Amino acid sequence: MSTLTIEKLTVGYGDGAPVLDGLELEVPDGAVVALLGANGAGKTTLLRSLMGLVPARDGRVLLDGADLTDLSTEDRVRRGLGLVPEGRSVVVELTVAENLRLGALWKKGRKNKGPAREAAVGQMYELFEPLARRRDAAGHTLSGGERQMLALARALVGEPDVLLLDEPSLGLAPLVVAQLLGVLRDQAAATGLTVLLAEQNVTGALSVADRGVVLSLGEVVADRPAAELAADPALRHAYLGF
Amino acid sequence: MSAHDLKTRLRTRDLRTGPKTRGTKLLLRAGLLTVLALGATFLLDPYRNYQLATSAGVFAAVAGLTLLVGLTGQLSLGHAVLMAAGGYGYALTATWVAGTLAGADGEVADGVVGWLLPLLAGVAGALVTAGVLGLLLGLAAARLRGPYLAGLTLALVIALPSVASTIPALSGAQGVSAPFVPVPDALSALIAVEQWHAWLAILVTACAVTPLVALRSGRAGLRMRAVHDDETASRLAGVDPGRVKTGAFVISSLAAGLGGVVLAIVTQQVSPGAYGLGFSLLLVVAAVVGGLGSLGGAAIGAVLVTVLPWVVDQATAGLPADLSHRLQGNLEIVLFGVVVIVVTILWPGGLSRLLQTTKFFRNTKLFQNTER
Amino acid sequence: MERLVFLLSTGLARGAVLALFALSLVIVYRAARAVNFAQAAMAIVPVYVAFAVTAASGSYWFGLASALVVGALLGAVVERWLLRLVPQDNPLPGIIVAIGLVMVLQAGLAIAFGPDHRPVHAPFSQRPFEIAGVGVLSPYDLFVLVVAAVVMGALAILFNRTTIGLQLRAAAFAPETSRLLGVRVPRMVTLGWMLSIATAALAALLLVPTGLGLDPHAADVLFVNAFAAAVIGGLDSPVGALVAGLVVGVLASLVTGYASAATAPLAVLALLTVVLLVRPHGLFAAREARTA
Repeated sequence: MSTLTIEKLTVGYGDGAPVLDGLELEVPDGAVVALLGANGAGKTTLLRSLMGLVPARDGRVLLDGADLTDLSTEDRVRRGLGLVPEGRSVVVELTVAENLRLGALWKKGRKNKGPAREAAVGQMYELFEPLARRRDAAGHTLSGGERQMLALARALVGEPDVLLLDEPSLGLAPLVVAQLLGVLRDQAAATGLTVLLAEQNVTGALSVADRGVVLSLGEVVADRPAAELAADPALRHAYLGF
Repeated sequence: MSAHDLKTRLRTRDLRTGPKTRGTKLLLRAGLLTVLALGATFLLDPYRNYQLATSAGVFAAVAGLTLLVGLTGQLSLGHAVLMAAGGYGYALTATWVAGTLAGADGEVADGVVGWLLPLLAGVAGALVTAGVLGLLLGLAAARLRGPYLAGLTLALVIALPSVASTIPALSGAQGVSAPFVPVPDALSALIAVEQWHAWLAILVTACAVTPLVALRSGRAGLRMRAVHDDETASRLAGVDPGRVKTGAFVISSLAAGLGGVVLAIVTQQVSPGAYGLGFSLLLVVAAVVGGLGSLGGAAIGAVLVTVLPWVVDQATAGLPADLSHRLQGNLEIVLFGVVVIVVTILWPGGLSRLLQTTKFFRNTKLFQNTER
Repeated sequence: MERLVFLLSTGLARGAVLALFALSLVIVYRAARAVNFAQAAMAIVPVYVAFAVTAASGSYWFGLASALVVGALLGAVVERWLLRLVPQDNPLPGIIVAIGLVMVLQAGLAIAFGPDHRPVHAPFSQRPFEIAGVGVLSPYDLFVLVVAAVVMGALAILFNRTTIGLQLRAAAFAPETSRLLGVRVPRMVTLGWMLSIATAALAALLLVPTGLGLDPHAADVLFVNAFAAAVIGGLDSPVGALVAGLVVGVLASLVTGYASAATAPLAVLALLTVVLLVRPHGLFAAREARTA
C-alpha cells in the first residue's frame, strides 16, 4: 500500500555520538522486512525515530514520497504509520475492548465512526480468538502472550499502511511467537500491509520476511533477501551471532 | 550518586577535615555573624529593630523549611503551625514559671532571675512542643510522597483555629499572652526595649540556625541528599530513608519552634490568627525566593517577606482611601505570587544562585544551594 | 432522632458538593498526575464572574452557565500558558507554582472586588421541608443534590461511554502509547483541566450560599475537605471520591451538630491522617499508583 523511505537519518541522545548515522533504507510497498541486529545496534531508536518519539538530528522520513519529518507522532499515525512498541504496550487500566476501540479511532487519517469502528474491532476478535473471550477483562489481568496479541490487534485494527514492530517475540513462549508471526504474515499477504519487523529472534523474523536488513552500530551492513541471509553462515556469524 | 559512592563519601567525609576543626570554624563564624548582627542593632531606630527581630524569627522558621524542602524534597505547607506550637509552648511554660517564681516570693520576682528563668524554661517548652508535633508529622512524612504530605500539612494549618478553640489552655481565637521580657537594669540606660528584643531574637535565631548549618554540611546533610536523590540506592548504602526523613522533619520543626519563640517574645502574644494559611504560604515563598536549600537565601527571603508588606503599605498610603484599602495586604501577596512563579519556572536556584554567580559571594559557603 | 435525621440529610447535601469538588481533583489528577493546590482559588474566580453576571442580568442560570464557561477557560489558560512551562520531573515545582497562583488569584480578587464578604442569595429557599414534624432537606439542598447527581452522571457517561472519554482515560494512564494510537495527548490534558475547573467552579458556586458569603477564600475549607475525601477515596478513583465525599460531608455535619462547628475540621484532619497512615493510596485505589 505504501512505501517507507528513510534518507540520511541521523539520531542521537543528548550530546553523545549519534546512535544512527546517515541511515538509508527503503521498505517498498507491501514488503515484509526484518530488521536484525544485536542489542544496541539501533533498532529501537530507528523505529521510535520513525514515529517521531525521538527527534532526528538530520535526514528525512518519507511515506509514499510525503515528508513526515516535521509531523508529530499523532499526525504520523494519522498518515498511516503504526508502531507496536517494545514491551507489551497494552493500557492495563483499560479493558481489551477499550484498547481495541482506542486503536480503531483513526483509520487512514479519517475519524473512524461508530459502525465501521465496531466492525473493524469485530474482525480482530475473529483473528485473535482468545481476545474475543476476554473482551471485558482489564488489561492487567491478561497473560504476556495475550497482551502482545492485543498490542498487535490494536495496531492492525487501525489499518495502517506501514506497520513497525519492535521485538514482538520478547519473553514469549515459542508457540505464541509462531502464532503471532503467522497472523502478521497472513495479514500482510491479505491486505498488502508494509511491515518493518525488528527482531532478535532471527529465524522467526526471517521465516515471515521477504527481506532482511542487518543493522550494526547504527549502519546498515547487510540488505539481502531473507532466504539468502538465513543461508549465509558468514553473515550470520559476523552480525547475528549464530 | 550511586550506593557505592555514597558509602565511600560517608566513610571518608570526616577524614578530610577533622570534625573538631570544622566545628570550631563553624562556631567562630556563627559567633562573628551574631556579634555583627547585634552591633547592627545600634544603627537602627526602634521600629527597624522591631522589624529586624520579626525577620529573625521568620528566618529561623524559613531556614528549617528550606533545609527540609531543599535537602529531602519534603514540602510542608504547615510550618506556621510548627511556629505556633513553639510560640504556645514558650508562652505557656514561661508564664507558668514566672507565676511560680512570683508565688514563692509573694511578689513579682525581679532581677535577672525574674526574666531569664522563664525565658529559658519557655524556650525548653517550645522545643518540646514543636519537637513532638514535628516528630508526629515526620513519622507521617516518612510514609508519604510529595502531594500527600503537602495536603496533610495544609489541612493542619486550616485546622489550627479549631485546635486552639478545642484545647482550653490555648484560649481559642484570642490566644495566650507571653510574659514581657524587660530590658535588664544594667542595659536599660544603653538600649531601648525594641533593641533588647532584637538582641534576644538574634541570639535565639543563632541557636536555631547554627545547628542547621552544621547539619547541612555534615554527614546528616549528605544522608538527606542521598535519600532525596535515590531512596533505593541510599538504602543499599545502609541509610534508612524513613529515619532520615523523620529526623529532618524534627530538626526543621525545632528551628520553626524557635522562630515561634522569637515572635512570641517580640509580640508578647500567640494567637491562631497570626499563624494562618497566608503566613504559612509566605514561609514557603521566602524559602523559594531565597533558593531552596540555601540558608543565606532563607535570610534574604525572611527579610523580604517581613519588609516588603511594609514597603507596599508605605507606597500605597498616598492613594485614595478606597483603593489603598483594597491594595493593603493584597498587593504584596500578588507580587509574592508572581515572584514565586517566575523564580520556580525561570530561575530555580532562587536569589542565592544569583548571588553565587557574582564574584563577591562566590566563595561564601553560606549561599551554597542544594537544588540541582 | 429528629436531630440525627436533620443532620444526616444536610450532611448529604454538603457531601454532594464535597464529592463534586473531590471529583474535580480526581479529574485533574488523572489528566496531569498532580494534585492541583490552586483548585480552590481557580474555582472561586468563576464564582465571582457568576455573581457579577447574575447581578447584571437578574438570572441565576446565566450566572451558573457563565461560571462553567469561565471555569473551563481558566483551566485551559492555566494549563497551556503556565503549567506547561513547569518542569515535570518531580511534583515539587508544580505545587510551588500552584501556591504562587493561589496568592495571585486570591489577592487579585480581593483587590478587584474588595476583601469583604458579599452576601449571596440561593435561587431556592433554604428553609427545610418538614416531614412528620422533622426538618429534612431544604429546597436548595434538594437542588444541590440534583445538580450534583446530574453532573456526576454526565461526567460518568462522558468518561466511560464516549470516544473522547476513552481518549482522556488512555492519555492519563499511558501517554506515549496513546500518542502511538493517534490520540492528541496534550489536547486531552488541557481538556481534563477544563472539565476539572468547570466542575470545581460549579461545586464552589453551590457551596457559597450556604456559607458566610462570597470572598476570595470561600472555597479554601472546601478544598481541604475535598482533598481529604479524594485521598481517602484514592486520588485515581472517581467512585472513591463520590463515596468519600458523601462520608466526609455527613461526618462533618454530625460532628458540627453534636460537638461544635469548630471540631469539624479536626475530625476531617484526624480521618485524613489515619487513612494516609494506614492506606497511603486511599481506600478505593485499584492498584498502587504509578509513580507520580
